[in-house]
Order: sequence, then C-alpha cells, then structure tokens
Amino acid sequence: MAARRAAKKNDTDLQNMKKLIALVFAALFATAALAQEAPDVLIRRVSEEVLDIVRKDKEIQNGSARKAIALVDAKVLPHFNFPHMTKLAVGKDWRTATPAQQQQLTSEFKTLLVRTYSNALTSYRDQKVIYKPFKMNPADTEALVRTEVQQPGNKPVPIDYSLEKLEAGWKVYDVTVAGISLITNYREQFAQEVRNGGIDGLIQSLAAKNKSLEGNLAKAGGK
Amino acid sequence: MNIKAMKAVGRAGAGLALAGLLAFAGPAAAGDNPHDPYEGFNRAMFAVNEGIDTVAAKPVAKAYDWVLPLPAKASVGNFFGNVGDVRNVLNNTLQGKLADAGNDLGRLLINSTVGIFGLFDVASEIGLERHDEDFGQTLAVWGVDDGGFLYWPFLGPRTVRDTAGAVVDIYTDPTWGTIFKSAAARNTLVGLRFVDVRASLLPSDKVVEEAALDKYAYIRDSYLQRRTNLIYDGRPPRREEE
Repeated sequence: MAARRAAKKNDTDLQNMKKLIALVFAALFATAALAQEAPDVLIRRVSEEVLDIVRKDKEIQNGSARKAIALVDAKVLPHFNFPHMTKLAVGKDWRTATPAQQQQLTSEFKTLLVRTYSNALTSYRDQKVIYKPFKMNPADTEALVRTEVQQPGNKPVPIDYSLEKLEAGWKVYDVTVAGISLITNYREQFAQEVRNGGIDGLIQSLAAKNKSLEGNLAKAGGK
Repeated sequence: MNIKAMKAVGRAGAGLALAGLLAFAGPAAAGDNPHDPYEGFNRAMFAVNEGIDTVAAKPVAKAYDWVLPLPAKASVGNFFGNVGDVRNVLNNTLQGKLADAGNDLGRLLINSTVGIFGLFDVASEIGLERHDEDFGQTLAVWGVDDGGFLYWPFLGPRTVRDTAGAVVDIYTDPTWGTIFKSAAARNTLVGLRFVDVRASLLPSDKVVEEAALDKYAYIRDSYLQRRTNLIYDGRPPRREEE
C-alpha cells in the first residue's frame, strides 16, 4: 500500500517534472520565436505599441519631450542598429576614424536621432498607419517594410523601414520618409564637417548640437 | 493684416533682401558639392526666405492652423489636391503613363462631382490612389538633366529643371488661369493654397530645426532625394553603400 502510494507520488512528481520541462521549452521556444519575429510583424507590433501609448498619454501629446524620449528609449531603440546607421551616414570617412572615434560618433548620432525623432511623436494626433503587403524569402537577410501614414486633407506619407537580420533578430538601419532617407540626408552634412575639422570636428559638432538641444529641453521646464 | 503691419513686413523683407544680396556679392562658399554649383547664391536666398518665413508666412500659417477646425482644413487640402489632379492627368499622359492618367482622370471626375468641387476626397476612400506628377518630373522622364540646385525666394528649393517645370505648371494650373476670371478670386486662391501648404509643413519645422547640423544642407538634400523618389514613382534605384 505504502509502496503503491510512493509509486503514485513518483508518478505525479514525474508528471510535474515533465510539465516543468515542457514549460521551459515553451518559454525558450517563445523567446526564439520572438527573436525570429518577421520584419513586418516587428514593425507593426512596435509601431502599434508606441502609438497606443502616445494616444493615451496627454503629457506626450502636450509636447513633453522627456516622456517621448523615455518612450523611444524603451520601446524603439532596441530595434535599431545605430553603429551601422552611423557608418552609413559618415560614409567613406568612417574607415579613417579610430574605434574610439567610431564609438563616440555612434553615441552622439544616436542621441541626436532619438532626441529629434521623439519630438515627431509629440506632434502625433490622429493619423492612421497602414501596413503595406510584405514579401520576403526565408533566406533573406535584408528586408524593406513599407508603411503609410494617412491624415485627412493631406497626402499620405510613405514611411519605409530598411532592416537587416542579425543574431539578435531583425534590426532597422534606415528609415525613409516620403522618399527621404534619414541616413542619406546626413551624408553631405557629415562630409562637410569632416572636410572642415576632421573626424574630431564632426564629433564636436554633434556634441555641441546635442548640448544645445539639451539646453532647450532644460529651458522648457524639464518637461 | 493692417497697412502699418504690412509696411513693417515690407521693410523687414527689403532689409533681408539687401542683406541677402550683400552676402551673395561676397565670396561664395566653396562649391565642392557637384549637386550644388550655385551654393553661394542659394545660401543667400535661403537666408532671405527664412526671414520672410519668420515675419510673414509662418505666423499666418500658424494662425490659419489654429483658427480652422480639422474638417475645414481637410477640405481646403482636398480642394487643392483635386485641382492638382488636372496637372497629374496632363503629366502622366505626357510621360506615357496612360493607366495612371486614366486613374487620375477618374479621381478628378469623381471628386469634382460626388466630392462636391473636390472638398471631399471620395476617390481615395474608394481606393483610387493619386499619382503625383508635375512638369519637372516629365522633363526628367524625357531625359532633361536637373541643371543644378537652386534656392528661390518664396518658391523655395528647386533644381533648374524643376524651375522650368514650375513655370509650365503655373500655366496649366486651373487656379492661376481658368477657374475664375477675377484677379481677386485668383489671388485669394493662390494665397490660400500657399498658406495651406505652409501650415501642412508646421509639424516638420521643429524636427528640421533640431535634426539638422546645417539647415540649408538638410533641406537641399531632402529636396533632391524627394524629387528623385518622385521621378522614379517611389522606387528609385538603390544607392550603393559608402
């Protein structure tokens, strides 16, 4: 009797153990699936998450840059490949920069992009985002996800995301708004700064720009 | 705007124009950008335009944006969008894009009737998309070179090719010529369109201001990219990296 009870207990233990293992596997699998999230699914999920928060957040709607930056930091930043973006924007001068300079450039450029484009979020009102049909082959390591922002009385604005497949999942390395690539648009300005003051000149200009924007933020009452 | 204020704006404008001309007379910035051979002139005109914008265009656009409720603004935008479809039909035809021309003609007919003189964009609601074309794009499709970048007072950024295109667009634009015989009505419409366009750009003002290391270069390169994109109907050839 006691032996049977013990055997039964072992059975349930075994069952519990099996359940636990299944759960761990399911969790692992889910994480893997998340990392493998298709580019179009990723863009749609992150866009909807962010816009949902903006729609509910009166402070961001009233122009709180700090809150918008915090939102972009938390939700958007992890899906961007800033070193690659900076490399593309700097162009051929990138190779002449030391690793330390490359790191500084990336960090300053990231700050500038996050700061200015968080601001665009504060002017979001009731535009509608349309996700265009998306096609890719399973072996592709690059993808273009096309979306469109519609607003009454204005022409729809196409916004396209260029993504690349990394070990950590798909990452955005360029955003094109109405045919204007965010990265390409910095090329001439960066090249000009490098011509005038070398790589360090460009780093200084970016740092000065970020500092003045930070100053504006402080003046706006730390919003 | 009362006469006194207009005079003040006029004086400010004249002063700025003079400052701009003086800047132009000085040594031009080193023209090392192949896309911008007239950079010295352009930067001077850019400064003039920034002045005009600060004292006149932007305040008017802001007031317009603040006073008009969204449905009214949408109707103004739709109205000029519908007028613009005349240009789209014409230029799609000139570029041999007959399917797009037919589509835009359909838009024009639907929006001018069911859409009550274009105040409502019914055509977009039923899935007829607009195909923006102008004579500058037509010239590009015909193989005309862009001729270098120019920055005009009022008109803003244009290439030499797009400047020629803009002149033809004005001639073929119903707002400038054929809708109304009266000069007052025409001027009102042209003015209203200018304000409508400026107001639609208000949200991007701050972004450009904050994003640019050099606002002039930022606007120039945005314009050139945008035009290339339009000429290739949204699918420009991929740029090589680096």
